[in-house]
Amino acid sequence: MSENEDIIKVEGLTKIFNHSLTAVDHINFSVKHGEIFGFLGPNGAGKTTTIKMLITVLKPTEGKATILGGDIAKQSMDVRGAIGVVPQEYTADEDLTGYENILLCADLYGIPRSVSKKRAMELLELVELTGFKDKRVQTYSGGMRRRLELASGLINRPKVLFLDEPTLGLDVQTRAATWNYVKMLKKEFGMTLFLTTHYLEEADALCDRIAIIDHGKIVVIGTPTSLKDSLGGDIITLSVQKDEDITGLISKIEHVKEVRKENGSYLIKSANGELAAPLIIEALRKSGLVVTKLSLTKPTLNEVYLQYTGRSMRDAEESRENVMQQRMVMRRARQ
Amino acid sequence: MSDQEEVSKSRFHGLWALTNRELKKWYQQPFVLAMGIIQPILWLALLGKAMNIGNIVTGIPGIDPKTVMLHTFGTTNYFSFMAMSMVAFTVVFTTAFTGMSVVWDKRLGFMNKVLSTPVSRSSIILSKVLSASVRAIFQAGIVALVAFALGLTLGTNFGWYSIFGVFAIVFLVSVGLSSLFTALTLRTTRMEMPQAIFQLVTLPLMFASSAYFPINQMPSWLQIIASWNPISYTIDAVRRLMVFSNGFGQLTLDFAFVASFAVIVTVICVVLSWRYLNK
Repeated sequence: MSENEDIIKVEGLTKIFNHSLTAVDHINFSVKHGEIFGFLGPNGAGKTTTIKMLITVLKPTEGKATILGGDIAKQSMDVRGAIGVVPQEYTADEDLTGYENILLCADLYGIPRSVSKKRAMELLELVELTGFKDKRVQTYSGGMRRRLELASGLINRPKVLFLDEPTLGLDVQTRAATWNYVKMLKKEFGMTLFLTTHYLEEADALCDRIAIIDHGKIVVIGTPTSLKDSLGGDIITLSVQKDEDITGLISKIEHVKEVRKENGSYLIKSANGELAAPLIIEALRKSGLVVTKLSLTKPTLNEVYLQYTGRSMRDAEESRENVMQQRMVMRRARQ
Repeated sequence: MSDQEEVSKSRFHGLWALTNRELKKWYQQPFVLAMGIIQPILWLALLGKAMNIGNIVTGIPGIDPKTVMLHTFGTTNYFSFMAMSMVAFTVVFTTAFTGMSVVWDKRLGFMNKVLSTPVSRSSIILSKVLSASVRAIFQAGIVALVAFALGLTLGTNFGWYSIFGVFAIVFLVSVGLSSLFTALTLRTTRMEMPQAIFQLVTLPLMFASSAYFPINQMPSWLQIIASWNPISYTIDAVRRLMVFSNGFGQLTLDFAFVASFAVIVTVICVVLSWRYLNK
C-alpha cells in the first residue's frame, strides 16, 4: 500500500434520522494511509453519527464511503473484518474477565482460538493488563476499561482503527496514558487512525489532520498548523487610558495585519506578535498615549474552533459533564 | 495476507462464542442456578399438592373417583396431570427473559461492540435463543425429576424413549418461545418492555391451555384460543409420553404443531434482526 493512498474516502455522506433530523449533511473527506485523522466538533455536531456510519453500524441515508476500497453499505462484512473499533462507551461484558472478553471479541471476528489466545496475551501485555487478566471487568477502573477496549479493538489486527472519544471522562493522567498507548499502537502496527475528541490540545498534539464538524457539515479540514495559521497569526489585546479611536494609528504599524475595537480594547492580529508588540507600545507612547494592559496570545485550536463553530470549548465542556453524569448513572445501573 | 487465512469463515464460530457467553453468565452464578432449581420445587410442592382434585371427588355417593379422574384428566393422579404442565411452564418462565438480556446488551453497549464485528446479525439473535433453550431444557429436566420425587404416577405409555421425546418437544417450544420474546423486544431499549410483554403473554399462555384443566371442558371460544396455543400441544405431548396410559393419540400432531411454531417464529425473528439490528 502506497503512502498516499486514500484509506477512507467519503463522498456526500448523509444521515437523516426519522426523515427530519439531519445529523450528517453531505460531508466529503479522505484519510490517507498511516494518518491520524481527528474529528472535532461540539456535541450533537454529527461526530458519532459519522463514525457509526463508517464502522457500518448505521446505514447512511445518502452518499457513499469506502474503507480500504470496500463500500461501507455494500461490502459491510468485509469492512467490519478489516477495521477495529473502540466505541465511546464501555462495551466489555462485566461478568467476564478481561481475557475472556478479548477472546470473545476474537471469536466474533472468526479468529481461531489457537491464534487468538496468543494474540490476546500479547495485547494484554501491551496495555499492561496482564496482571488483571483473570479478574472480572466489574472490578476494573475507568482507565483499565479503556485499555481493555483498546486491546479488544486491536484483536483482528485492523488496518484502520476508529476511536470515538477515547479519553472522554478520564482523568488527566489516564488521558495522557491512553494517548501514549494509541501512539505506540500506531507505531507498532502501522495503522491508520480515525478519532473524535473534545480535547483540543490533544487533537493538536496528536493528529496529522483535523476536520471540524458543526451542524452535520465539515466547516474546515487541515493540519493543526495550517488551521491555526488560517486565523492570521497571533492576537494582541491592548487597552489604553484615553477613550479615543486609535484603530487607524495602530494599523499603520509594521507587522500588524488587522485591528478591531471590541469592548474598549483593541484586538490586533499579527503574523509575528513578539515583534509587533514593542513597536505598538513605542508608537503609542510617541503619540502621548499610555498602554494600561497588553496581552499576547498564540492561536490554539481553541481559537480555530471558536472561529469556525462560533462556540468556545466551554460550552462543550458543560455538555461533557452531562455525559459524565450519564456514565455514572450507567455505572450504577451495571452494579 | 496471512491474516486472511487465519480467519475462520464458519458462521458457527461466532454463534457458539455468543451462546457460550450467555451460558457462562448462568452457570457461573451458583445463586441464580440454585434459585432456578428451588423455584420449580416450590411450584410443584405448593401448587401441585394444594390442588388435590382426586381427594375432592372422593367420597361423593354414586361417583367412582378413579373413573372421574381418568375420564377428565387421563390419569388418576391430578398431581401427575399438573406436574407435566409445570414442565412446559418452566420453559415459559426461563425463556421469557431472553428479551431482557437483549435490552441489557443494548443498554450496556455490548450490542454496539458486537454489531461492529463481522459476526452475522442472525448469530447474535440465535445465540440468545440457543442459550435460553439450553437453560430451559435443564430447568425442565429438574422439574421432571422433582415431580418424580414428589409422587408422579407414570403411565403405561412411559418408556425410555419418552425422556428423549420430552427433551425434544421442550427444545422445540423453547426455541419458539425465546424467539418470540426476543422478536418482541428487538427494537426497544427500555427495561419495562420485556417485563410488560412477559406479564401480558404468560397469563393467556398459561390459562388458555390444558395446563390446569382439559381443553374439552372449556367454553368453545376458549377452546379455539387454546387450540392455537403451542403450550397446549407441548403439555399434551409431555403428558402422553409420561403419564397417560391410553396410547399416543395425536402425538405426531403435537410435535408437528410445536415444530412449525418454532420454525416460523425463529425465521421471523431472524428476518427482523437483519432489519432492526442494522439501523
